[in-house]
Amino acid sequence: MSDVHANADDIRKEVKTYLMVFGALMVFTVITVAISYLHLEVHEAIIIALAVATVKGSLVALYFMHLKHERHLVYYALALTVVFFVFLMFIPLATTLDRIVQKY
Amino acid sequence: MEIPYTVEVRPDTGLFNGKLGIWLFLASEVMLFGALFSSYILLRVGSTEWPRGYEELSVPLAFFNTIVLISSSVTMVMAWASLRLHDFGKFRLYLGATILLALTFLVVKYFEYAHHLEAGEGPWHSTFLAIYFTLTGLHGIHILGGIIVNSYLWGPGAAMWKTEPQRFVNRIEIAGLYWHFVDLVWIFLFPVLYLL
Repeated sequence: MSDVHANADDIRKEVKTYLMVFGALMVFTVITVAISYLHLEVHEAIIIALAVATVKGSLVALYFMHLKHERHLVYYALALTVVFFVFLMFIPLATTLDRIVQKY
Repeated sequence: MEIPYTVEVRPDTGLFNGKLGIWLFLASEVMLFGALFSSYILLRVGSTEWPRGYEELSVPLAFFNTIVLISSSVTMVMAWASLRLHDFGKFRLYLGATILLALTFLVVKYFEYAHHLEAGEGPWHSTFLAIYFTLTGLHGIHILGGIIVNSYLWGPGAAMWKTEPQRFVNRIEIAGLYWHFVDLVWIFLFPVLYLL
């Protein structure tokens, strides 16, 4: 838990980390857009774009949402969410798996 | 009756109640946006043809908006850090910047929508535009919600800093978690809709 009496030096260190993460997010955003101008095949573009977005999303979650140092209960709740999210993404997709195989 | 555990940590969860509440809310938000992302996948793989996002939408405007939203996430976390450093002036500056950046995002989005609607390209025009307007519209409503909450915390809500400083810091942390989630959703929406 953060509190108003936390060590000022520690908070200043956190601020430096936030600025470094900001820089990394900017670089990854430029990379994402630059790759799109290569006009890659759809499946290649999807893999690369989602990989970069996942890295960016992880940086936001780990540092800005401070999941890097969080209580276990939050991790448990999020782990359950991830399970349901994956289910949500892939079960409907499985119903059209035959068409995806034909298409790509 | 006083609301319990707004400042001190609840022994069994290790969190103050508001923080557990916002994480559970964000979990439900993951499922809300997840359902629409899942719909997008189904619509795309089920269609005979699907435009590449950059053929239909303005990548430069979305790129600009991505920079704006990421910047707003940084100013939000800096507002929280400033408050923990007892610098209320900087807190107001950073939170104000967050609100202005969020408004900038919505103004750019307005121009994007207006351009499409003037050309007769509303959600009815194609399946791609239907899911584009649905996803970005829902995200836009979340931006608006964030602006309302942050504006309250910047204005009248900030009076709590004088009476219950730790509770106010906790409120800013919670508002920040919501705001970073909105940023996180856009990080995925941008490539999915505009670049693929």
